[in-house]
Amino acid sequence: MKILVCISKSPDTTAKIAFTDGNSKFDENGVQYIVNPYDEWYALVRALELVEANGGTVTTITVGTAADDPTIRKALAIGANDAVRIDGQALDASYVAKQISEYAKDKNFDIIFTGKETINYNGAQVGGMIAENLNQPFISLATKLDINGETATLERDVQGGVEVVEVNTPFVISAAKGMAEQRIPNMRGIMAARTKPLNVVPAVDLENLTTVVSYSLPEAKEGCKYIDPENMDELVDLLHNQSKVI
Amino acid sequence: MSVLVFIEAKNKVSKAALEAVSYGSKIGSTTVITFGDISSDELAIVGEYGGEKVLIHRGINKSNDQQLTNLIHAAVESSGATIVVLSQDQTGKSIGPRVAAKLNAGHVSGAIDLPDTSNGFQVNTNVFSGKAMATVAVHSDKKVISILPNSISPEKTGGSTTIEEFDADLGEGKIVVKEMKTQGEGIPLPEAELVVSAGRGLKGPENWGIVEDLAKTLGATTACSRPVADIGWRPHHEHVGQTGIAIRPNLYIAAGISGAIQHLAGVNGSKVIVVINTDAEAPFFKAADYGVVGDAFEVLPRLNEAFKKFHNSQN
Repeated sequence: MKILVCISKSPDTTAKIAFTDGNSKFDENGVQYIVNPYDEWYALVRALELVEANGGTVTTITVGTAADDPTIRKALAIGANDAVRIDGQALDASYVAKQISEYAKDKNFDIIFTGKETINYNGAQVGGMIAENLNQPFISLATKLDINGETATLERDVQGGVEVVEVNTPFVISAAKGMAEQRIPNMRGIMAARTKPLNVVPAVDLENLTTVVSYSLPEAKEGCKYIDPENMDELVDLLHNQSKVI
Repeated sequence: MSVLVFIEAKNKVSKAALEAVSYGSKIGSTTVITFGDISSDELAIVGEYGGEKVLIHRGINKSNDQQLTNLIHAAVESSGATIVVLSQDQTGKSIGPRVAAKLNAGHVSGAIDLPDTSNGFQVNTNVFSGKAMATVAVHSDKKVISILPNSISPEKTGGSTTIEEFDADLGEGKIVVKEMKTQGEGIPLPEAELVVSAGRGLKGPENWGIVEDLAKTLGATTACSRPVADIGWRPHHEHVGQTGIAIRPNLYIAAGISGAIQHLAGVNGSKVIVVINTDAEAPFFKAADYGVVGDAFEVLPRLNEAFKKFHNSQN
Protein backbone atom coordinates (compact mmCIF):
# COMPACT_ATOMS: atom_id res chain seq x y z
CA MET A 1 0.00 0.00 0.00
CA LYS A 2 1.39 3.37 -1.05
CA ILE A 3 0.23 6.41 0.87
CA LEU A 4 1.00 10.08 0.30
CA VAL A 5 0.41 12.52 3.16
CA CYS A 6 0.35 16.26 2.48
CA ILE A 7 2.17 18.14 5.22
CA SER A 8 2.06 21.87 5.82
CA LYS A 9 3.76 23.91 8.48
CA SER A 10 1.74 26.22 10.69
CA PRO A 11 2.56 28.52 13.59
CA ASP A 12 2.33 26.95 17.01
CA THR A 13 -1.25 27.19 18.31
CA THR A 14 -0.18 29.65 21.03
CA ALA A 15 1.82 31.89 18.64
CA LYS A 16 1.13 35.60 18.73
CA ILE A 17 -0.56 36.59 15.49
CA ALA A 18 0.86 39.86 14.12
CA PHE A 19 1.70 41.29 10.69
CA THR A 20 4.51 43.35 9.12
CA ASP A 21 5.25 45.18 5.84
CA GLY A 22 2.09 47.27 5.92
CA ASN A 23 0.06 44.30 7.18
CA SER A 24 0.88 42.32 4.05
CA LYS A 25 3.00 39.59 5.71
CA PHE A 26 2.70 37.35 8.73
CA ASP A 27 5.21 38.43 11.38
CA GLU A 28 7.43 35.37 11.88
CA ASN A 29 9.44 37.03 14.59
CA GLY A 30 9.66 34.63 17.54
CA VAL A 31 7.16 32.22 15.99
CA GLN A 32 7.70 28.48 16.42
CA TYR A 33 6.49 26.38 13.52
CA ILE A 34 4.86 23.00 13.95
CA VAL A 35 3.42 20.42 11.58
CA ASN A 36 -0.16 21.55 10.97
CA PRO A 37 -2.09 19.62 13.68
CA TYR A 38 -4.66 18.14 11.29
CA ASP A 39 -1.89 16.92 8.97
CA GLU A 40 0.07 15.40 11.84
CA TRP A 41 -2.35 14.10 14.46
CA TYR A 42 -4.96 12.72 12.12
CA ALA A 43 -3.66 12.30 8.55
CA LEU A 44 -0.08 11.17 9.15
CA VAL A 45 -0.77 9.00 12.19
CA ARG A 46 -3.67 7.16 10.52
CA ALA A 47 -1.54 6.62 7.41
CA LEU A 48 1.20 5.08 9.58
CA GLU A 49 -1.30 2.83 11.36
CA LEU A 50 -2.65 1.55 8.03
CA VAL A 51 0.84 0.74 6.78
CA GLU A 52 1.79 -0.93 10.08
CA ALA A 53 -1.27 -3.18 9.72
CA ASN A 54 -1.17 -3.81 5.97
CA GLY A 55 2.41 -3.17 4.86
CA GLY A 56 3.52 -0.45 2.48
CA THR A 57 5.07 2.99 2.65
CA VAL A 58 4.11 6.47 3.80
CA THR A 59 5.61 9.38 1.88
CA THR A 60 5.03 12.96 2.96
CA ILE A 61 4.84 15.83 0.48
CA THR A 62 5.19 19.56 1.09
CA VAL A 63 5.29 22.54 -1.23
CA GLY A 64 7.77 24.92 0.34
CA THR A 65 11.29 26.16 0.76
CA ALA A 66 14.22 24.94 2.86
CA ALA A 67 12.56 26.76 5.78
CA ASP A 68 10.01 23.92 5.80
CA ASP A 69 12.62 21.19 6.28
CA PRO A 70 12.50 21.11 10.11
CA THR A 71 8.75 20.42 10.08
CA ILE A 72 9.24 17.79 7.38
CA ARG A 73 11.90 16.10 9.58
CA LYS A 74 9.39 16.11 12.43
CA ALA A 75 6.95 14.17 10.24
CA LEU A 76 9.75 11.73 9.41
CA ALA A 77 10.51 11.38 13.14
CA ILE A 78 6.90 10.40 13.77
CA GLY A 79 7.41 7.57 11.31
CA ALA A 80 7.00 8.46 7.62
CA ASN A 81 9.38 6.49 5.36
CA ASP A 82 10.49 9.35 3.17
CA ALA A 83 9.56 12.89 2.24
CA VAL A 84 9.24 15.01 -0.87
CA ARG A 85 9.56 18.76 -0.91
CA ILE A 86 8.48 20.58 -4.05
CA ASP A 87 10.83 23.50 -4.04
CA GLY A 88 8.90 26.77 -4.20
CA GLN A 89 6.79 29.24 -2.29
CA ALA A 90 3.31 27.91 -1.63
CA LEU A 91 1.54 30.73 -3.48
CA ASP A 92 -2.05 29.66 -2.96
CA ALA A 93 -4.15 26.50 -2.56
CA SER A 94 -4.60 25.91 -6.29
CA TYR A 95 -0.84 26.26 -6.81
CA VAL A 96 -0.07 23.77 -4.04
CA ALA A 97 -2.72 21.33 -5.25
CA LYS A 98 -1.47 21.47 -8.84
CA GLN A 99 2.14 20.91 -7.77
CA ILE A 100 1.19 17.89 -5.66
CA SER A 101 -1.12 16.53 -8.38
CA GLU A 102 1.64 16.90 -10.94
CA TYR A 103 4.02 14.92 -8.72
CA ALA A 104 1.47 12.24 -7.76
CA LYS A 105 -0.23 11.64 -11.11
CA ASP A 106 2.02 8.78 -12.30
CA LYS A 107 3.07 7.35 -8.90
CA ASN A 108 0.00 5.18 -8.19
CA PHE A 109 -0.66 6.20 -4.60
CA ASP A 110 -3.55 4.23 -3.11
CA ILE A 111 -4.57 7.02 -0.75
CA ILE A 112 -3.64 10.70 -0.58
CA PHE A 113 -4.23 12.23 2.86
CA THR A 114 -4.60 15.89 3.73
CA GLY A 115 -5.59 17.39 7.06
CA LYS A 116 -9.07 18.92 7.31
CA GLU A 117 -7.54 22.39 6.98
CA THR A 118 -4.45 24.29 8.09
CA ILE A 119 -4.76 26.33 11.25
CA ASN A 120 -3.21 29.37 9.54
CA TYR A 121 -5.22 29.68 6.33
CA ASN A 122 -8.22 27.47 7.24
CA GLY A 123 -8.94 27.12 3.53
CA ALA A 124 -9.76 23.39 3.44
CA GLN A 125 -9.06 23.55 -0.29
CA VAL A 126 -6.01 21.51 -1.24
CA GLY A 127 -7.48 18.00 -0.81
CA GLY A 128 -10.54 18.57 -2.97
CA MET A 129 -8.45 20.27 -5.64
CA ILE A 130 -5.98 17.36 -5.81
CA ALA A 131 -8.90 14.93 -6.09
CA GLU A 132 -10.36 16.89 -8.98
CA ASN A 133 -7.00 17.25 -10.73
CA LEU A 134 -6.44 13.48 -10.47
CA ASN A 135 -10.10 12.57 -11.17
CA GLN A 136 -10.41 10.67 -7.89
CA PRO A 137 -13.19 10.70 -5.29
CA PHE A 138 -12.65 13.01 -2.31
CA ILE A 139 -13.91 12.06 1.13
CA SER A 140 -13.91 15.30 3.09
CA LEU A 141 -13.84 15.64 6.88
CA ALA A 142 -13.24 11.92 7.43
CA THR A 143 -13.19 10.85 11.08
CA LYS A 144 -12.62 7.12 10.59
CA LEU A 145 -10.94 5.02 7.91
CA ASP A 146 -10.54 1.26 7.69
CA ILE A 147 -9.36 -0.62 4.65
CA ASN A 148 -9.92 -4.15 3.43
CA GLY A 149 -8.06 -4.92 0.21
CA GLU A 150 -8.99 -2.16 -2.20
CA THR A 151 -12.17 -1.13 -0.42
CA ALA A 152 -12.14 1.44 2.31
CA THR A 153 -14.93 2.14 4.80
CA LEU A 154 -15.00 5.66 6.14
CA GLU A 155 -17.03 7.85 8.43
CA ARG A 156 -17.24 11.51 7.67
CA ASP A 157 -18.97 14.61 8.93
CA VAL A 158 -21.75 15.78 6.64
CA GLN A 159 -24.61 18.25 7.03
CA GLY A 160 -26.71 17.05 9.95
CA GLY A 161 -24.75 13.99 10.95
CA VAL A 162 -22.18 11.35 10.19
CA GLU A 163 -22.15 9.34 7.00
CA VAL A 164 -20.66 5.86 6.62
CA VAL A 165 -19.33 5.42 3.08
CA GLU A 166 -17.44 2.88 1.01
CA VAL A 167 -14.98 3.75 -1.71
CA ASN A 168 -12.31 1.92 -3.67
CA THR A 169 -8.72 3.07 -3.93
CA PRO A 170 -7.35 5.36 -5.24
CA PHE A 171 -8.95 8.27 -3.39
CA VAL A 172 -8.16 11.48 -1.53
CA ILE A 173 -9.34 12.27 1.99
CA SER A 174 -9.20 15.16 4.41
CA ALA A 175 -8.70 13.89 7.95
CA ALA A 176 -10.56 15.41 10.90
CA LYS A 177 -10.58 14.81 14.63
CA GLY A 178 -11.28 11.22 15.61
CA MET A 179 -9.19 9.67 12.83
CA ALA A 180 -6.23 8.86 15.11
CA GLU A 181 -4.46 9.91 18.28
CA GLN A 182 -1.43 12.17 18.37
CA ARG A 183 1.95 10.37 18.51
CA ILE A 184 4.94 11.86 20.25
CA PRO A 185 8.14 11.05 18.35
CA ASN A 186 10.63 9.04 20.40
CA MET A 187 14.41 9.49 20.41
CA ARG A 188 14.95 6.63 17.96
CA GLY A 189 12.48 8.20 15.56
CA ILE A 190 14.16 11.58 15.84
CA MET A 191 17.61 10.04 15.18
CA ALA A 192 16.31 7.99 12.25
CA ALA A 193 14.62 11.05 10.72
CA ARG A 194 18.00 12.71 10.20
CA THR A 195 19.01 10.16 7.59
CA LYS A 196 15.65 9.39 5.98
CA PRO A 197 15.37 10.59 2.37
CA LEU A 198 14.02 14.12 1.88
CA ASN A 199 13.85 14.52 -1.87
CA VAL A 200 13.71 18.06 -3.17
CA VAL A 201 12.08 18.28 -6.59
CA PRO A 202 11.67 21.41 -8.73
CA ALA A 203 8.27 23.09 -8.91
CA VAL A 204 6.33 23.15 -12.16
CA ASP A 205 5.99 26.66 -13.60
CA LEU A 206 2.48 27.81 -12.65
CA GLU A 207 0.61 30.96 -11.76
CA ASN A 208 -1.41 31.41 -8.62
CA LEU A 209 -5.07 32.36 -8.93
CA THR A 210 -5.40 34.23 -5.64
CA THR A 211 -3.15 36.45 -3.50
CA VAL A 212 -3.53 37.68 0.05
CA VAL A 213 -3.35 41.46 -0.31
CA SER A 214 -3.45 42.37 3.38
CA TYR A 215 -4.21 41.07 6.85
CA SER A 216 -6.00 42.69 9.76
CA LEU A 217 -6.67 41.84 13.38
CA PRO A 218 -10.16 41.86 14.85
CA GLU A 219 -11.14 44.99 16.73
CA ALA A 220 -10.70 44.66 20.45
CA LYS A 221 -13.81 44.31 22.57
CA GLU A 222 -14.80 47.45 24.42
CA GLY A 223 -14.44 45.69 27.72
CA CYS A 224 -16.46 43.29 29.75
CA LYS A 225 -19.52 44.48 31.62
CA TYR A 226 -19.87 42.50 34.82
CA ILE A 227 -23.32 41.44 35.99
CA ASP A 228 -24.26 40.46 39.53
CA PRO A 229 -24.66 36.64 39.57
CA GLU A 230 -27.84 37.11 41.63
CA ASN A 231 -29.37 39.32 38.94
CA MET A 232 -29.76 37.36 35.73
CA ASP A 233 -32.83 39.43 34.80
CA GLU A 234 -30.44 42.30 34.17
CA LEU A 235 -28.34 40.16 31.82
CA VAL A 236 -31.42 39.06 29.87
CA ASP A 237 -32.57 42.68 29.67
CA LEU A 238 -29.17 43.80 28.30
CA LEU A 239 -29.08 40.97 25.76
CA HIS A 240 -32.52 41.98 24.56
CA ASN A 241 -32.51 45.79 24.72
CA GLN A 242 -28.85 46.70 24.33
CA SER A 243 -27.21 43.89 22.32
CA LYS A 244 -30.44 42.90 20.56
CA VAL A 245 -29.36 39.27 20.16
CA ILE A 246 -32.52 37.74 21.68
CA MET B 1 -21.75 39.73 -13.58
CA SER B 2 -23.61 36.46 -13.81
CA VAL B 3 -23.66 34.34 -10.66
CA LEU B 4 -24.48 30.69 -10.02
CA VAL B 5 -25.41 29.78 -6.44
CA PHE B 6 -25.31 26.15 -5.36
CA ILE B 7 -27.67 25.22 -2.54
CA GLU B 8 -28.41 21.94 -0.82
CA ALA B 9 -32.09 21.74 0.11
CA LYS B 10 -33.60 18.57 1.56
CA ASN B 11 -37.20 19.43 2.49
CA LYS B 12 -36.84 23.11 3.09
CA VAL B 13 -34.45 25.86 1.97
CA SER B 14 -32.14 26.50 4.94
CA LYS B 15 -30.99 29.86 6.25
CA ALA B 16 -27.45 29.07 5.08
CA ALA B 17 -28.83 28.52 1.57
CA LEU B 18 -30.70 31.83 1.65
CA GLU B 19 -27.50 33.54 2.79
CA ALA B 20 -25.77 32.21 -0.30
CA VAL B 21 -28.63 33.24 -2.61
CA SER B 22 -28.79 36.72 -1.10
CA TYR B 23 -25.00 37.06 -1.37
CA GLY B 24 -25.10 36.06 -5.03
CA SER B 25 -27.92 38.44 -5.90
CA LYS B 26 -25.94 41.36 -4.47
CA ILE B 27 -23.09 40.56 -6.88
CA GLY B 28 -25.13 40.03 -10.03
CA SER B 29 -27.85 38.22 -11.88
CA THR B 30 -28.31 34.99 -9.93
CA THR B 31 -29.24 31.49 -11.04
CA VAL B 32 -29.55 28.79 -8.38
CA ILE B 33 -28.58 25.16 -8.93
CA THR B 34 -29.86 22.45 -6.60
CA PHE B 35 -30.82 18.78 -6.60
CA GLY B 36 -33.10 16.25 -4.92
CA ASP B 37 -36.76 15.87 -4.06
CA ILE B 38 -37.62 19.26 -2.62
CA SER B 39 -41.00 20.58 -3.82
CA SER B 40 -41.30 23.61 -6.10
CA ASP B 41 -43.45 25.32 -3.44
CA GLU B 42 -40.62 25.14 -0.92
CA LEU B 43 -38.07 26.31 -3.48
CA ALA B 44 -40.10 29.40 -4.38
CA ILE B 45 -38.66 31.28 -1.37
CA VAL B 46 -35.37 31.51 -3.27
CA GLY B 47 -37.01 34.13 -5.49
CA GLU B 48 -37.79 36.34 -2.51
CA TYR B 49 -34.06 36.56 -1.79
CA GLY B 50 -32.97 37.41 -5.32
CA GLY B 51 -32.61 34.05 -7.06
CA GLU B 52 -34.03 34.76 -10.53
CA LYS B 53 -34.02 31.20 -11.76
CA VAL B 54 -33.70 27.79 -10.10
CA LEU B 55 -32.29 24.78 -11.91
CA ILE B 56 -33.05 21.48 -10.19
CA HIS B 57 -31.61 18.04 -10.95
CA ARG B 58 -33.80 15.23 -9.63
CA GLY B 59 -32.28 12.04 -8.30
CA ILE B 60 -28.64 12.38 -7.29
CA ASN B 61 -26.76 11.18 -4.25
CA LYS B 62 -25.33 14.16 -2.44
CA SER B 63 -22.28 12.30 -1.24
CA ASN B 64 -20.90 11.91 -4.68
CA ASP B 65 -18.68 14.91 -4.80
CA GLN B 66 -17.69 14.22 -8.40
CA GLN B 67 -21.31 14.14 -9.54
CA LEU B 68 -22.13 17.36 -7.73
CA THR B 69 -19.06 18.97 -9.24
CA ASN B 70 -20.18 17.89 -12.71
CA LEU B 71 -23.66 19.25 -11.96
CA ILE B 72 -22.31 22.67 -10.99
CA HIS B 73 -19.97 22.67 -13.97
CA ALA B 74 -22.86 21.92 -16.34
CA ALA B 75 -24.93 24.71 -14.73
CA VAL B 76 -22.03 27.15 -15.12
CA GLU B 77 -21.85 26.29 -18.82
CA SER B 78 -25.60 26.60 -19.26
CA SER B 79 -26.01 29.87 -17.30
CA GLY B 80 -22.79 31.54 -18.44
CA ALA B 81 -21.96 32.36 -14.82
CA THR B 82 -18.46 33.56 -13.97
CA ILE B 83 -18.92 33.45 -10.19
CA VAL B 84 -20.00 30.39 -8.23
CA VAL B 85 -21.27 30.97 -4.68
CA LEU B 86 -21.93 28.27 -2.10
CA SER B 87 -22.07 27.88 1.67
CA GLN B 88 -18.88 26.90 3.50
CA ASP B 89 -20.63 24.02 5.26
CA GLN B 90 -19.58 20.37 5.12
CA THR B 91 -20.87 20.01 1.57
CA GLY B 92 -19.22 23.27 0.55
CA LYS B 93 -15.89 22.07 1.93
CA SER B 94 -16.29 18.86 -0.03
CA ILE B 95 -17.16 20.30 -3.43
CA GLY B 96 -16.07 23.97 -3.45
CA PRO B 97 -12.37 23.17 -4.07
CA ARG B 98 -13.27 20.53 -6.69
CA VAL B 99 -15.44 22.97 -8.61
CA ALA B 100 -12.68 25.59 -8.43
CA ALA B 101 -10.11 23.11 -9.78
CA LYS B 102 -12.44 22.03 -12.58
CA LEU B 103 -13.12 25.63 -13.64
CA ASN B 104 -9.50 26.69 -13.00
CA ALA B 105 -11.06 29.34 -10.81
CA GLY B 106 -9.55 31.14 -7.84
CA HIS B 107 -11.30 29.94 -4.69
CA VAL B 108 -12.00 32.01 -1.60
CA SER B 109 -13.31 29.70 1.11
CA GLY B 110 -15.12 31.10 4.12
CA ALA B 111 -15.81 34.62 2.81
CA ILE B 112 -17.21 36.90 5.54
CA ASP B 113 -18.46 39.80 3.45
CA LEU B 114 -19.29 40.88 -0.09
CA PRO B 115 -16.52 41.25 -2.69
CA ASP B 116 -14.99 44.66 -3.25
CA THR B 117 -14.80 45.20 -7.02
CA SER B 118 -13.50 48.77 -6.94
CA ASN B 119 -9.97 47.52 -7.58
CA GLY B 120 -10.07 44.06 -9.13
CA PHE B 121 -11.97 41.51 -7.07
CA GLN B 122 -11.19 41.24 -3.38
CA VAL B 123 -12.94 39.28 -0.64
CA ASN B 124 -12.34 39.09 3.10
CA THR B 125 -11.99 35.76 4.85
CA ASN B 126 -11.00 34.61 8.34
CA VAL B 127 -7.49 33.22 8.78
CA PHE B 128 -5.39 31.98 11.70
CA SER B 129 -8.48 30.19 13.00
CA GLY B 130 -10.41 33.41 13.46
CA LYS B 131 -7.54 35.32 15.08
CA ALA B 132 -7.14 37.52 11.97
CA MET B 133 -8.77 38.44 8.68
CA ALA B 134 -7.22 38.35 5.21
CA THR B 135 -8.19 40.32 2.13
CA VAL B 136 -7.80 37.97 -0.83
CA ALA B 137 -7.53 39.17 -4.43
CA VAL B 138 -8.82 36.74 -7.06
CA HIS B 139 -7.06 37.02 -10.43
CA SER B 140 -8.83 34.38 -12.51
CA ASP B 141 -11.84 35.12 -14.76
CA LYS B 142 -13.94 32.51 -12.98
CA LYS B 143 -14.25 32.61 -9.21
CA VAL B 144 -15.62 30.26 -6.57
CA ILE B 145 -16.67 31.89 -3.29
CA SER B 146 -17.87 29.89 -0.31
CA ILE B 147 -19.38 31.96 2.48
CA LEU B 148 -19.03 31.32 6.19
CA PRO B 149 -22.44 30.59 7.75
CA ASN B 150 -23.87 33.50 9.81
CA SER B 151 -21.66 36.08 8.08
CA ILE B 152 -24.21 37.63 5.76
CA SER B 153 -27.82 38.32 6.72
CA PRO B 154 -30.18 37.18 3.98
CA GLU B 155 -32.22 40.11 2.64
CA LYS B 156 -35.50 39.98 0.79
CA THR B 157 -35.63 41.59 -2.64
CA GLY B 158 -39.33 41.05 -3.22
CA GLY B 159 -38.59 39.11 -6.41
CA SER B 160 -39.84 35.78 -7.63
CA THR B 161 -38.23 32.86 -9.36
CA THR B 162 -38.83 30.39 -12.15
CA ILE B 163 -38.03 26.74 -11.53
CA GLU B 164 -36.67 24.55 -14.31
CA GLU B 165 -35.80 20.87 -14.33
CA PHE B 166 -32.14 20.55 -15.22
CA ASP B 167 -30.57 17.46 -16.70
CA ALA B 168 -26.89 16.84 -17.18
CA ASP B 169 -24.57 13.87 -17.52
CA LEU B 170 -23.11 13.58 -14.04
CA GLY B 171 -20.88 10.58 -14.62
CA GLU B 172 -20.24 7.77 -12.19
CA GLY B 173 -20.65 8.12 -8.41
CA LYS B 174 -17.68 6.36 -6.85
CA ILE B 175 -18.69 6.86 -3.21
CA VAL B 176 -21.33 4.48 -1.85
CA VAL B 177 -23.27 5.63 1.22
CA LYS B 178 -23.88 2.71 3.57
CA GLU B 179 -25.49 4.56 6.45
CA MET B 180 -26.38 8.04 7.68
CA LYS B 181 -26.24 8.65 11.41
CA THR B 182 -28.19 11.82 12.11
CA GLN B 183 -27.29 14.02 15.05
CA GLY B 184 -30.86 14.84 16.01
CA GLU B 185 -33.07 17.67 14.98
CA GLY B 186 -31.06 20.55 16.43
CA ILE B 187 -29.51 23.32 14.39
CA PRO B 188 -25.94 22.37 13.41
CA LEU B 189 -23.33 24.37 15.33
CA PRO B 190 -21.82 26.32 12.42
CA GLU B 191 -25.26 27.67 11.53
CA ALA B 192 -26.56 28.24 15.06
CA GLU B 193 -27.40 31.82 16.05
CA LEU B 194 -27.52 31.02 19.75
CA VAL B 195 -24.99 28.70 21.41
CA VAL B 196 -24.67 27.56 25.02
CA SER B 197 -21.30 26.03 25.80
CA ALA B 198 -19.62 24.56 28.85
CA GLY B 199 -16.26 23.23 29.93
CA ARG B 200 -14.42 21.48 32.73
CA GLY B 201 -16.00 23.78 35.28
CA LEU B 202 -19.10 21.60 35.02
CA LYS B 203 -17.12 18.83 36.79
CA GLY B 204 -18.70 15.86 34.99
CA PRO B 205 -20.94 14.79 32.11
CA GLU B 206 -23.80 14.06 34.53
CA ASN B 207 -24.07 17.80 35.22
CA TRP B 208 -24.87 18.85 31.63
CA GLY B 209 -28.62 18.96 32.34
CA ILE B 210 -28.41 22.62 33.35
CA VAL B 211 -26.62 23.45 30.07
CA GLU B 212 -29.18 21.56 28.01
CA ASP B 213 -32.10 23.11 29.90
CA LEU B 214 -30.83 26.60 29.16
CA ALA B 215 -30.20 25.70 25.51
CA LYS B 216 -33.73 24.32 25.24
CA THR B 217 -35.28 27.48 26.66
CA LEU B 218 -33.31 29.61 24.22
CA GLY B 219 -33.64 27.31 21.22
CA ALA B 220 -29.84 27.25 21.26
CA THR B 221 -27.34 24.62 20.15
CA THR B 222 -24.97 23.14 22.76
CA ALA B 223 -21.18 23.21 22.44
CA CYS B 224 -18.17 22.41 24.60
CA SER B 225 -14.47 23.08 25.09
CA ARG B 226 -11.74 20.75 23.86
CA PRO B 227 -10.77 19.09 27.19
CA VAL B 228 -14.36 18.09 27.73
CA ALA B 229 -14.60 16.47 24.28
CA ASP B 230 -11.18 14.80 24.73
CA ILE B 231 -12.15 13.10 27.99
CA GLY B 232 -15.40 11.96 26.44
CA TRP B 233 -17.86 13.99 28.53
CA ARG B 234 -19.33 15.38 25.33
CA PRO B 235 -19.26 14.26 21.67
CA HIS B 236 -16.46 15.57 19.44
CA HIS B 237 -18.89 17.33 17.11
CA GLU B 238 -19.66 19.76 19.94
CA HIS B 239 -16.03 20.88 20.33
CA VAL B 240 -15.56 24.52 19.33
CA GLY B 241 -12.11 26.05 19.09
CA GLN B 242 -9.02 26.16 16.95
CA THR B 243 -8.93 22.42 16.29
CA GLY B 244 -12.68 21.97 16.53
CA ILE B 245 -15.44 23.95 14.88
CA ALA B 246 -15.22 27.72 14.42
CA ILE B 247 -18.57 29.36 15.06
CA ARG B 248 -19.96 32.89 14.77
CA PRO B 249 -23.35 32.95 16.46
CA ASN B 250 -25.16 36.09 17.58
CA LEU B 251 -24.88 34.96 21.18
CA TYR B 252 -22.31 32.64 22.75
CA ILE B 253 -22.79 31.77 26.42
CA ALA B 254 -19.79 29.99 27.95
CA ALA B 255 -19.92 28.46 31.44
CA GLY B 256 -16.94 26.93 33.20
CA ILE B 257 -14.54 27.59 30.29
CA SER B 258 -11.37 29.50 31.15
CA GLY B 259 -10.87 30.82 27.61
CA ALA B 260 -7.53 29.48 26.38
CA ILE B 261 -6.31 31.18 23.20
CA GLN B 262 -7.20 28.06 21.18
CA HIS B 263 -10.79 28.17 22.42
CA LEU B 264 -11.11 31.90 21.74
CA ALA B 265 -9.95 31.36 18.17
CA GLY B 266 -13.05 29.29 17.48
CA VAL B 267 -15.57 31.64 19.06
CA ASN B 268 -14.32 35.22 18.74
CA GLY B 269 -16.45 35.75 15.64
CA SER B 270 -19.49 35.64 17.94
CA LYS B 271 -21.38 38.93 18.06
CA VAL B 272 -21.95 38.83 21.82
CA ILE B 273 -20.08 36.65 24.32
CA VAL B 274 -21.31 35.97 27.85
CA VAL B 275 -18.78 34.33 30.18
CA ILE B 276 -19.75 32.64 33.43
CA ASN B 277 -16.84 31.55 35.63
CA THR B 278 -16.05 31.26 39.32
CA ASP B 279 -12.52 32.55 38.64
CA ALA B 280 -12.57 36.32 38.16
CA GLU B 281 -9.08 36.05 36.62
CA ALA B 282 -10.19 33.65 33.84
CA PRO B 283 -8.73 35.01 30.56
CA PHE B 284 -12.08 34.55 28.83
CA PHE B 285 -13.46 37.67 30.57
CA LYS B 286 -11.09 39.79 28.43
CA ALA B 287 -12.93 38.60 25.32
CA ALA B 288 -16.39 38.82 26.84
CA ASP B 289 -19.10 41.43 26.41
CA TYR B 290 -20.82 40.38 29.61
CA GLY B 291 -19.21 38.58 32.52
CA VAL B 292 -20.72 36.82 35.48
CA VAL B 293 -18.29 35.85 38.23
CA GLY B 294 -20.17 33.03 39.85
CA ASP B 295 -20.81 29.33 40.11
CA ALA B 296 -22.28 27.85 36.91
CA PHE B 297 -24.35 25.45 39.03
CA GLU B 298 -26.21 28.42 40.47
CA VAL B 299 -25.97 30.93 37.62
CA LEU B 300 -27.14 28.71 34.73
CA PRO B 301 -30.47 27.68 36.36
CA ARG B 302 -31.03 31.30 37.40
CA LEU B 303 -30.33 32.48 33.86
CA ASN B 304 -32.68 29.81 32.54
CA GLU B 305 -35.48 31.09 34.79
CA ALA B 306 -34.77 34.68 33.69
CA PHE B 307 -35.02 33.70 30.01
CA LYS B 308 -38.27 31.83 30.67
CA LYS B 309 -39.69 34.89 32.39
CA PHE B 310 -38.56 37.02 29.44
CA HIS B 311 -40.17 34.67 26.90
CA ASN B 312 -43.45 34.70 28.84
CA SER B 313 -43.43 38.48 28.94
CA GLN B 314 -42.93 38.58 25.16
CA ASN B 315 -45.96 36.39 24.45
